[in-house]
Amino acid sequence: MDVILTIIDRDGVEHRVEAPTDMAMNLMEVVRSYELAPEGTIGVCGGMAMCASCQCYVKSNHELPEKSDDEEAMLSEAFNVEEDSRLGCQIHITESLEGLVVELAPEE
Amino acid sequence: MIKTDILIIGAGPTGLFAVFEAGLLKLKCHIIDALPQPGGQLAELYPKKPIYDIPGFPEVLAGDLVDNLMEQIKSFQPGFTLGEKAETIEKLEDGSFIVSTDAGTKHHAPIIAIAGGLGSFEPRKPKIDNLAYFEKKGVEYMIKDPEKFRNQSVVIAGGGDSALDWSIFLADVASEVTLVHRRNEFRGALESVDRVKELKDMGKIKLITPAEIVNLKGEDHLNSVIIRKNNNPQEDFELPTDYFIPLFGLSPKLGPIANWGLEIEKNAIKVDNTLDYQTNIPGIYAIGDVNTYPGKLKLILCGFHEATLMCQSAFQKIHPEKRYVMKYTTVGGVTGFDGTKKEAPKAVVKSID
Repeated sequence: MDVILTIIDRDGVEHRVEAPTDMAMNLMEVVRSYELAPEGTIGVCGGMAMCASCQCYVKSNHELPEKSDDEEAMLSEAFNVEEDSRLGCQIHITESLEGLVVELAPEE
Repeated sequence: MIKTDILIIGAGPTGLFAVFEAGLLKLKCHIIDALPQPGGQLAELYPKKPIYDIPGFPEVLAGDLVDNLMEQIKSFQPGFTLGEKAETIEKLEDGSFIVSTDAGTKHHAPIIAIAGGLGSFEPRKPKIDNLAYFEKKGVEYMIKDPEKFRNQSVVIAGGGDSALDWSIFLADVASEVTLVHRRNEFRGALESVDRVKELKDMGKIKLITPAEIVNLKGEDHLNSVIIRKNNNPQEDFELPTDYFIPLFGLSPKLGPIANWGLEIEKNAIKVDNTLDYQTNIPGIYAIGDVNTYPGKLKLILCGFHEATLMCQSAFQKIHPEKRYVMKYTTVGGVTGFDGTKKEAPKAVVKSID
């Protein structure tokens, strides 16, 4: 089953995209698969929560899984961090994300 | 001037393995890397993380893979220029190249293999308005010579290993060490975290958390930093200091290579994947994560393959007159430039009575 997500890119453009729930994908990978941010500017560490290139702001009221220690630690050293900041690579695409709205944080 | 056959830029797994494949063809290599140690991302970002898709290794730690590669290429005696960034390239009339680093070291080679991964690692800089103004005037992103800080007061910001380790080291050198971090928790080796706590209890490190540096003050040189506690501007206070060292890790940037006249697409260097991973400039190849072509996958195992084909092409370019047929190491063994030879033991041919 696919869920529909709204991703606001770094230029402020909104994209409604379908994301599969059965491909073990995370939000960072969805952004890359639709090429909503230039290659090399997102997912730099490959999804290990070791860079903040996939940081995004969660704009809808979805209840997301708690941040892991790694994500928490990375966000504590990232820049442009807001209350609603998350690392895209740590958000797995599940059915509960239907309708999620996220905005990509600026490139560092 | 350092002279070699293949000048490799980037000491990650792809660059290291290229030394091996070149060595089998009796070509010598020299490697430049901006980091002080070989291994690239594997050593810098995730030495303790396991990798599961290296053929023949069901599981290998990134750091161990680097150690193994270093062992594998040892007899080919690669040269290293570490801690320096390849900055400029000049093509000579005979088609060879001179590559100079930011430290001025010059390298001369007929073949350049860019194995730069995601680029050279550069310090991540916090967003503080006048940070750039105080660079080299009290703001340092890397500690090259700790003696510089002897009997000086130092403010370090960050919550990872480098912030912890340098706080510990400078506690015995600087007159005063203050460690500022946005959270109360630190992410680092357990013994480093414990040691910082000890030093804090001994009064040798001042710890300010959760807090961050929001402004810098001074005229010709940094005089003080403004520290914001608890994310609350009401709690801002000024702390006099000689140095401010933000240690927020490193992030890779393609850097000066982007200006070498190479065709760039998607922050990577376009190469001919139908043949030899050569770029639009003959004699310059790009292998591993730094290149792109239709269907490109940024995998270590793909980098190994690309390095192998690149070396064959480099051999043809260096020795256009020579005929060559690829030899299996099982057949030909491995003869190092240091005189060592590894080869398969001969089978015994003996009749059984």
